[in-house]
This record gives sequence, structure tokens and C-alpha cells, in this order.
Amino acid sequence: MSAAATPLLRVAGLQKLFPVRKGFLKRTVGHVRAVDGVDFHIDQGETLGLVGESGCGKTTTARCILRAIEPTGGEIFMRRADGSVVELGGLRESELRALRREMQMIFQDPFTSLNPRMTLLDLVGEPLLVHGMKSRREREERVAELLRRVGLRPEYMRRFPHAFSGGERQRIGIARALALQPRLVVADEPVSALDVSVQAQILNLLFDLQEEFRLTYLFVAHDLSVVRYISNRVAVMYVGRIVELGETEELFTSPKHPYTAALLSAVPEPDPRTRTKRIVLQGEVANPASPPSGCYFHPRCPHAIEVCRTQAPAFQEISPGHLVGCHRAHELRLAGVE
Amino acid sequence: MPRILMDAEPLLSVRNLKTYFQQDEGTVKAVDGVYLDMNPRATLGVVGESGCGKSVTARSILRIVDRPGRIVEGEIWFRRPAANGGPGSHAVDLAKLEPNGLQMRSIRGAEIALIFQEPMSSFSPVHSVGNQIVEAIMLHQEIGRREARDRAIQMLRRVGVSSPDQRIDQLAHQLSGGLRQRAMIAMALSCSPTLLIADEPTTALDVTTQTQILELMRQLQQEDGMAIMLITHDLGVIAEMATDVAVMYLGRVVEQAPVDAIFHAPKHPYTRALLRSIPRMRARSRERLTPIAGSVPHPYDRPAGCPFHPRCPDFIAGTCDREPPAPRAVGDRHIVSCFLYE
Amino acid sequence: MALAADAGRVPSVSTTDQQRIFVASQWQLMWWRFRKHRVAVASAVVVAGFYLAVLGAEFLAYSDPNASEAQRSLMPPQPIHWFDDGRFRPHVYGLKGARDPKTFKRVYQADPRQKIPVRFFAQGFEYRFLGLIPMSRHLIGVDPARDAAGTIFLLGTDVQGRDLWSRLMYGTRISLTIGLLGVTASLVLGVVLGGLSGFYGGVTDTVIQRIIEILRSIPTIPLWMGLAAALPRDWSIVQVYFAITVIISLLGWTELARVIRGRFLALREEDFVVSARLVGCSQMRTIFVHMVPSFMSHIIAATTLALPAMIISETALSFLGLGLRPPAISWGVLLQQAQNVQTVAISPWLMIPAVPVIIAVMAFNFLGDGLRDAADPYGR
Ligand SMILES: Nc1ncnc2c1ncn2[C@@H]1O[C@H](COP(=O)(O)OP(=O)(O)OP(=O)(O)O)[C@@H](O)[C@H]1O
Ligand SMILES: Nc1ncnc2c1ncn2[C@@H]1O[C@H](COP(=O)(O)OP(=O)(O)OP(=O)(O)O)[C@@H](O)[C@H]1O
Ligand code: SF4
Ligand SMILES: [Mg+2]
Ligand SMILES: [Mg+2]
Repeated sequence: MSAAATPLLRVAGLQKLFPVRKGFLKRTVGHVRAVDGVDFHIDQGETLGLVGESGCGKTTTARCILRAIEPTGGEIFMRRADGSVVELGGLRESELRALRREMQMIFQDPFTSLNPRMTLLDLVGEPLLVHGMKSRREREERVAELLRRVGLRPEYMRRFPHAFSGGERQRIGIARALALQPRLVVADEPVSALDVSVQAQILNLLFDLQEEFRLTYLFVAHDLSVVRYISNRVAVMYVGRIVELGETEELFTSPKHPYTAALLSAVPEPDPRTRTKRIVLQGEVANPASPPSGCYFHPRCPHAIEVCRTQAPAFQEISPGHLVGCHRAHELRLAGVE
Repeated sequence: MPRILMDAEPLLSVRNLKTYFQQDEGTVKAVDGVYLDMNPRATLGVVGESGCGKSVTARSILRIVDRPGRIVEGEIWFRRPAANGGPGSHAVDLAKLEPNGLQMRSIRGAEIALIFQEPMSSFSPVHSVGNQIVEAIMLHQEIGRREARDRAIQMLRRVGVSSPDQRIDQLAHQLSGGLRQRAMIAMALSCSPTLLIADEPTTALDVTTQTQILELMRQLQQEDGMAIMLITHDLGVIAEMATDVAVMYLGRVVEQAPVDAIFHAPKHPYTRALLRSIPRMRARSRERLTPIAGSVPHPYDRPAGCPFHPRCPDFIAGTCDREPPAPRAVGDRHIVSCFLYE
Repeated sequence: MALAADAGRVPSVSTTDQQRIFVASQWQLMWWRFRKHRVAVASAVVVAGFYLAVLGAEFLAYSDPNASEAQRSLMPPQPIHWFDDGRFRPHVYGLKGARDPKTFKRVYQADPRQKIPVRFFAQGFEYRFLGLIPMSRHLIGVDPARDAAGTIFLLGTDVQGRDLWSRLMYGTRISLTIGLLGVTASLVLGVVLGGLSGFYGGVTDTVIQRIIEILRSIPTIPLWMGLAAALPRDWSIVQVYFAITVIISLLGWTELARVIRGRFLALREEDFVVSARLVGCSQMRTIFVHMVPSFMSHIIAATTLALPAMIISETALSFLGLGLRPPAISWGVLLQQAQNVQTVAISPWLMIPAVPVIIAVMAFNFLGDGLRDAADPYGR
């Protein structure tokens, strides 16, 4: 395979189980299957949106990829700048440190993700410092440039984060993530904690930065309209598994998985003239500590048949680049957006 | 039993309400001159960004503002049915009532009910959910405990809690988020209020659960005929549920109008900018958004004049930064506070 | 241009006051917050006063704390009269002793005709200030050259006729330093073991936690009494002093270790610590640049709150005769004299050493509360 065709990131069979401990001796009595066999890839320069409801394992997936938490199983392949491919899961922390230049994270909460005891200069300059830019002058110049790029005034670099609003802090977080000129940026709900009127600013900024630096995004969100705006392709997660993955337009207009269809239908559109009958799912999201048999979605699925209860569906390609994990993917005609 | 009111009279009318929090660091003008009108059986959506004073407005109406908050000015006219259940009605100014007086207590929970954003914090962790509903019923109605319990079970069944005769004895933390919110609704509706204030009832929930709860509220409203004040920051939820919309910004209602007018003929620059800035499901993917410049000011640092003027694209220098604009009717039930329409 | 439209308008800088807050460091914010806590600030002044007294005990005392004289047994306090005939001339009245014909006890009567002038910076016994500078001046005193017969006992004397005020000054020194040393020892143990426990987790954590649980489950008073009683009688004052310090810090560290472990565990999961790792910080940098400064202030507060318990422990042990023993002087030792109800009934001033104990404990508690509230200036 040529270097260009190799995806920047490929995840195969990623799994993360959290032990459930009970009693005085803290014995493991079971596992939360937070991420349970996830496969996908992201090409250089594209954005993959990862959506799903609370607790479905989005954050865990994102953090496993960056080895912020240790995956239980699976492999994570990353193509380095020189074209070589490394498997991140097997690396030791010291080997990983050099690779951290190439992959960075933007956090959800701009209030907890910045050390309140550091000035902007130290926050944005820290990645530069630990990767060898020892000269303070040089760092100051680079930080000023970064701050300007994310829309903050460089004069404020001696201020502490508490002097800034949520949206501005998120810009600081973005500047920090971009300081090392990474190629992969994992953004975990970067706009969920922000005021509605500020979300668009940050989304546009992320968009512009991607064009400018050819960034590759793994964009985690629970808000489908945000995902639609930013993603080239979208993966829908349900209880630790990806149930559908495809091009954004195709997935939104003709979803193939009943869960995707329900999710799309559940998003209220900000237009009173389009009030439609919604798909109202019964029950609630399954508990990842004791997922149901067969297809995890079957207890809530309006299209479930006998086989759904007993057999887990395969994650299969039903048209080029469109993968679905549903027994009835071929026969169902599901409505998407418009 | 739903109480009967004439549709023509407004149920709730808030005039120039100001609720301030006096603190060491300065005065937080959480609500700073709010005007609102609500008709019986209507659903008034109150939208606004975090910190704009939605919750404080709701709490002011119920007179449960946390200390050091205080209503410093304004009127809250609430229409009550005639005392003996006969025809006719009269209005009281809730702002003038004693917060813990007899009259306020007979209104709160019975005629105006509240659903909180986080149902966990509104249920006691040590009493069963059912017990708390029973208490609420017995507080406002002259019935015995057995009968109240039957009513509570019936209410839980109505809001779609499966096997309510077992769930009634569970503690709040034993229920999932969606069930807890249903129990909260059951409690709020157990005394057939004429006005239900729902403060972000679905913000803590997943979209699929949100759909269930909104569907339930709509159905209960059809059956009981109460008015709903639905507070949220999600314009989608508003478009879905509301008949009228009030848009809040920094402690003021900048625009109130029927839902269609808000979304298709918005007048206030903030409403217009907000609608342009939100990403939409039906939009083409990877299309640039039009954001509002700047950010919401810090609560201690409210701008003089129109609160939106530092971010407003239509800002009139020398006018907008002097005095706050007064509310002005620009159409049928359409009220805007903006100098562009003076 | 896209960027110009997007750029967040930075908050309008309205006042210099705000400017100051924007660039304020953690410690400045903490100070501003602490300052608002009036009682805590007052307590800080009291605590500072106590430690000044510790440094200058000899200067504040005016007679040798161990000089006893049977003649002067149980003399009542002599209050200072500041003015004489409307002029500032501080003096005390002389005391006349007589035997009660019924009880045969010596009773003292103030004699207003005998005015003993109180002088400031008077000459007295020789000492080394701070253990270095030889001095013989004291804050107050009577001039032995001019008033040969005159003596003052601001707070009266004890059974052996020793001046209570001077003894109290020396006792303050011992009691407060023993608390400070105890806390320091606890702190070292607590930080090291708590830090290990919190950072490494796993077996290390389990072992340390179990040790702490066992230590905490032993009833305090019998343990102390047992240990203190086991101290050899022939140990010197200094040896006993250190032994008691070790005993009272033995339990103090468990609490601090728990606080530190808890902070470490919580911080390990904090977003900004994860962020530090993802940016490529070494383990050392993550710990010392990101984690330690975040709980430093909490440790200071916890330490301040641990001090009163130490002071009380020493006082209690010495009071029971298990801690410091005469000729050492501490608050507990002083209060030992007040054990006898009859003596106290006749000479209530022997209870006076309880006053500084109460004031010190309250001051440390209020100060600790204030520090704890100010410790997290970023709490929302
Ligand atoms: N440290 C942990 N220990 C045990 N269980 C965990 C831990 N972290 C996450 N989980 C569980 O793993 C599951 C997935 O969590 P995760 O945070 O990845 O979800 P998410 O999709 O990011 O949800 P959200 O939208 O709420 O952020 C959840 O059920 C959660 O309870
Ligand atoms: N108890 C309080 N003490 C001091 N200030 C308060 C208090 N409660 C609310 N405020 C202030 O009042 C303002 C309005 O708060 P409110 O809770 O009404 O906002 P909201 O519109 O409900 O926001 P959200 O969407 O975050 O719930 C805020 O700036 C807030 O800081
Ligand atoms: S496999 Fe069956 S249960 Fe699962 S989504 Fe498809 S139809 Fe529904
Ligand atoms: Mg998450
Ligand atoms: Mg609120």
C-alpha cells in the first residue's frame, strides 16, 4: 500500500473494560464494557465524527487512542510523518512521548482542562518547553503567534485562565493543542460546555485551522447538528460498539441502522414549521456492565426480529464506505433527514 | 381536576421584574427588568444562554429565590380561580406576597408547579420517591394517606413509569435519569396546577430520552390543559414545543412573540444572530456558520444601555449604550426591546 | 475577513482592579479571599502573637520561672494600676501576708499605701535572647536597686511561690513548639506515605491504607498513656520532650496522609493533569509542576487544623502526669497544679494557664478554617 493510501489512524478491535469491584476485599465481580470492539480509520485531513448518547464510550475511545487510558485490547496504528506506521498500544510511555507531538487532544470542559495556576504563556508554551524549545524568547514569540491565530490578543499572555470566559478558554486549549503542530487532533465534545452563541465561533475556528494546517480530527460529540456541520464521515456508537459508519451526507439522509434513524429523528429542528412525528424509542440505553444478548439495541428496536435477540449482527459494508451492524440493514427503508 | 379559566385573560403577567443578588464582589443583576405574558394553556418557551437569568426568573415567580437574592422591583400578576370553585377569577401580585405566607404556600406546588433541571437534587435521598409525592398531595388536598398513595401510583402510571406500585417505594438514586424526571413530573402534576414551570427538564437527558419526556409533557398538557413555561437553551426544543417564545439575554427579555414569528420573522438583532449561528440538521455539511462576535459578559460587568450592544451588528452609537430600550409591540403579541423599533 | 469576525471580543477592561485580578497568581487570589474572613485574619494575628511570645519568652518574663520561695506561696495576682493621681505612673500595690487564725492558711491583703512602681525594660535575671544575645532587660519589672522589697506577681504565684506569669511564658514556648514539631513530623510522614499511596496505588496503597486503619482503630488515650508511661523515668527533659513529640505525631500523620492521598487520587483524573501527560510532560514535571502546587494550599490548611489537636494532646498528657514532668514547664505541667479542687477554690488564679490553651486552640481552628476556605480560589 502506498503511503498516501494508508490512513493516518486505524483502530482495530479496540476494547476497554473497567473492572466493577465490590465488597471489603474489592474483588472484581464484573466488567463495564465501555468500549467493546471498535474498528475505524481516519484519513489524513478528514474529520470523523463520533456520536452517541451519554455513556456509550465516546470519551473512552478517544482517550484510549491517545493512550490517556490503557486499552484492554485491540490495536491502534498511526502513520507517522515519515510514512512509517507504528502501533501505539505496544509502546512504552517514554517511546510514546516523542509521538505525542503528532497527536493532541482538545478537552470538553475549558474550566478544568487548563491548570489555573499557570499563565497563558506557560500553558501554551509548556508543550514547546517539554519538547525542547528551551529559549524563553523563542517560546514567547511562538505563543504570541498561536494566540493570535486562535483569536486571542498576545498581550494577554501574562494573564491566568480565570480572566477569560468559557469560549476564550477553549481557544487557549486549542492553542495549546496546536503548539506542537500535531497531525491528529482528538476533540472530545469541544463545544458542549460553551454558550450557544459562542459554539459557532469555535466550530468555525476548528474548521479554518483544519484547512490551514491540514489537520485530521476525531470529533466526539453528542449533538448531531454539530457533527453534521464538521464531519466528512460519521460513526454512531451504541453501548461500546459502532453500529453505523459512513459519509456524513449519506448517513444523515439515508441511515441504515434503526438506532441512527431514531437518533436523527430525535433531534428537534429549530424550525416550528417542520414539526414531525418522532420515533419514540422505548426504554433507556442499555447498561454497559450487563449488555443485552444478541444485538445490544434489540430491546429498544422497533424493527427487532427473533435473530436479533440471539445473535450479534456483523459490522458489514452495505455500500462502499458505509458500514452497518444490523441484521436487517439490507431490507429496512429508514427515513433520514429530509 | 383542571381549573377553568377564561382564555382571553392572561394567566401570568410579569412586569419589570428585577431580582438582584447583593454580594461582596458586587451586585449581580440576575433579572433586570423582565416582561412576560402567558395565556392559559399556552406553552411559553423561555430561551437564553447560560446565566441569562432564566432560572432566577422562574424562582422569582415561585418566590423561592436563594439568599442573598431579592426581588427589588416589579410585579408578577398571577390569575387564580375564584376561591369557592365558582366562575370568575382574580389576579394577585406574587411579588407582594410573603414568600412563606399562607397565600404563597397555597399557590406554590398546587397552582404553580416546578420541574427542576436536575431531578436528583429535588428529591430527598432518604425518603422514597412515592412518599414525597404522597406528601405533596396531602399538603394541598384534604385526603387521607391511603387515598393519596393511590393517587400517587395513578400519577406514576400516567407518566409512563412501569410497575408503579413497586417503583413508588424506591429511592431517587435507584431510578435512572429518565425515570427520575418522570417521577418529578408526576409530583408536579399531582395537584393539577394551572401553570407548570419546567426549568430545563431535558437538559441532563439523552436525546432519545428527551424525546420521550417532551412527548409525555405534550400529552399531559392536552389532557390537563395547564400552561407550561418551558425553560431551555435549546432552540430545537422550543421550536418543537412552544406556542410562544421569550428570548432572554443578560437578565432581560429582548423579544417575545408567537413561535412562528420568532423563527421566521425575528426582530431583535440577538434573536436573528442566534438563529443564524446555530448548526442545523438540515444544513449542508461543512458549511461555514455565522457566529455572534464576542462572548456573554461577566455578570458583574453588565454593559450600560442595551445589554446586547457590545455584540450587536446594528448598534446605534450614542443611543444603544445609554439607556436600556423599553419593550414595544411590533405586531400581534410580538414585543421587542430594541432601539431599531422605537 | 473570517478571522476578524470570529475573534472573541476580549472582555472590556473596565477597571484597573479587574486588570489586577487577571494577572493575579494563586497565592494572591488566596490572600484576597482569606482577607475577607475577618475572624481568620484576627486569629492569624493572635497566632503570630503567640509565636512572638515563644521567641521572646525570657524577655516577657520578669523573674526566673524556677526560683521558688516558700514565703511567697500562693500569692494572688497583683493587677497593674496605670495612673497615680492622674499621671501615668504604672504601679502595683504591695501585698501584706497574714495567717488566718482559723485555717492557719496564709492570706494576702493588697496594701494601697505601698506602691511598687513597674518599670519598662527593667533589669532582671540574665538570659540569652534567641539563645544568642546575652541580655538582662525584660519588658517589665521592678528595679531591684531601688525597691529592694518590691516584687510583682502579675498572675500570682503557685504553691512553691514561683511567679505564674513568668512560668506561663516559658510554658507557652514548650507547648507551642512541641505542637509545631509534632505537626512537622506528621507532615513529613503524611506527605511521603500519602503521596506514595496516592501516586502508585495498587499494593503500596493497600498496605499503607491498612496500616493507617489499624493505627486509627487503636483508642488514642490508652495508646498514648501506655507509650508515655513506658518512657524511662530517668530521661532528661530534652529526651522526654522529643519522645512526647513523636508520640503525639504518631496519629497526626494518618489524617494528613489521607488528605494527601485523596488529593493525589482526585488530581490524577483531573483534566489538566491528563492534559499535561498528553502534551508530553515527564512524570516528575506532572507531579511537581501540576499536581503538588494544586494541593499545597490544602496541606497548609490541614496542617493548621492539625495543630490544635497536638497542643491539646500535649496539655492533656502533661496534665495527667504522663507527658512532660517538672522541672520542664508547659501548659499541661502548669495546669497540673490546678488538679486539686481545694487549692483551686482558694487560689483560682492557678486556672489561668487554661486561658492561653483555649485561645490558642480557637485561634488555630479559625485560622485553619479561613485557610481552608481560601485554599481553592478557583472553586466555582
Ligand atoms: N474510570 C472508569 N471506571 C469505571 N467505569 C468507567 C470509567 N470511565 C468510564 N466508565 C464507564 O464507561 C462507560 C463509557 O464512558 P464514556 O465516558 O466513554 O462515555 P461517553 O460516551 O463519553 O459519555 P458522555 O457523553 O457522558 O461523555 C460509561 O458507562 C461509564 O460509566
Ligand atoms: N444564589 C446565587 N447567588 C449569586 N448569584 C446567583 C445565584 N443564583 C444565580 N445567580 C446569578 O444569576 C445569574 C442568572 O442565573 P440563572 O441561574 O437564572 O441563569 P440561567 O439562565 O438559568 O442559566 P443556566 O442555563 O446556566 O441554568 C447568573 O449570572 C448567576 O451567576
Ligand atoms: S439487528 Fe435487529 S435489533 Fe439490532 S438494530 Fe437491527 S433490527 Fe434492530
Ligand atoms: Mg464523554
Ligand atoms: Mg438555569
